[in-house]
Amino acid sequence: MSAQIFSFIFSMWILILVGGGLMVLFVGPISFAGFGEIDPIINSGIKVLIALILIFIWIFTLTKIKNWIFQRQTSS
Amino acid sequence: MEEKIIVGIIVSAIAFFSVYLVTPILIKALEKRNLCVKDANKKENVMIARPGGISIIIGLVISLITFYLFFPIVEVLAVAITSILAFLVGIIDDRRVMGGWFKPAALAFCAAPILLLGAYDTNLAFPLFGEVKIPILYLGLIVFMIPVMGNTINSIDVLNGVASGFTSIASFSLTIVLFILQNYEIGIIALCLGFTSLGFYKYHKFPSRIFPGDSGALVFGAAYGAIAIVGQVEVIAAIAILPAIINSFLFLSSVKKIIEHREIKNPTSHTEDWKLQTTADKLAPITLVRLILAKKPLSEKQICIEIFKLAIFSGILAIITAFMMSVEI
Repeated sequence: MSAQIFSFIFSMWILILVGGGLMVLFVGPISFAGFGEIDPIINSGIKVLIALILIFIWIFTLTKIKNWIFQRQTSS
Repeated sequence: MEEKIIVGIIVSAIAFFSVYLVTPILIKALEKRNLCVKDANKKENVMIARPGGISIIIGLVISLITFYLFFPIVEVLAVAITSILAFLVGIIDDRRVMGGWFKPAALAFCAAPILLLGAYDTNLAFPLFGEVKIPILYLGLIVFMIPVMGNTINSIDVLNGVASGFTSIASFSLTIVLFILQNYEIGIIALCLGFTSLGFYKYHKFPSRIFPGDSGALVFGAAYGAIAIVGQVEVIAAIAILPAIINSFLFLSSVKKIIEHREIKNPTSHTEDWKLQTTADKLAPITLVRLILAKKPLSEKQICIEIFKLAIFSGILAIITAFMMSVEI
């Protein structure tokens, strides 16, 4: 069982690294101009939205991995 | 550099010995006032003093004030005040059982010193890929991080010595990370937390003489979260406590709502020889301990060792991540 928990921790670590890469490469550079003084708010709002979607995907993926790794244990 | 090493040794010694010396006095004082709770995992009717958060906050704050006298940086104040506020939230919860949402909501306010003192940077650093600037989103992250860290450490405070031992391992891992990233001052703050929790572990380890209570566990978590923010190592700090995060994740994904931990069904039961085994109750939540017990029943001490092994593994991953910070694709 310990080996499965270690592998789950390792999976989470990989997902954090990948998620971080997506944040830096795609979410960070997003910029919308032309709305005057509210530009920073619109930019941040869109980034928040994308970040929330990414977190949702992250948790969804993690749940699938959890079910896959702990299939027997979680159903017992 | 030499001065930092000397100060680091001094404040580490203060953190450790102040908790080490104050805790026995606190145990006697709590026992005298009958402020004790039953240890649910002992066969006999063993009563344990609680809350030990008082000695934890004393040790942490004294060591941080000493450090501040040598290095008067705003980050030290931010961590100290955040920890004190978290202690106050915890002590209220220790004395009166509050609703499931009380702690997250109250702990969100504990992040105020970090914001008011400006002890943060809005860049979120990720390994391999660099930083991302998220000015407004980051403010939300600060307010979010303290309750999450506080409750995450609180949620693993289920067996003798786990919360303090786990915090020690995570804090020392974070210290190494901060030293690798050459953030020495914040590294010393993490060292203070590490030695505070280690001093408390002496009395909290199996068989416990004192429990940290919510006041102690929330101080551990909030101080750890504050250090992560002021040290700009939020992602790595989260990696170092992945077993505790997994515990919260498993719990929330099985219970599907935020509730006070006293309200939940016990995910474990006892065998005849008083080992812990996973419960047959399908409505009980899935937790880290329940997963560890899935294969066979274990003693409380054996489960603690398993959790510490996972904490060390996460700490190693955090240190590897710190090395990856200097590499950019």
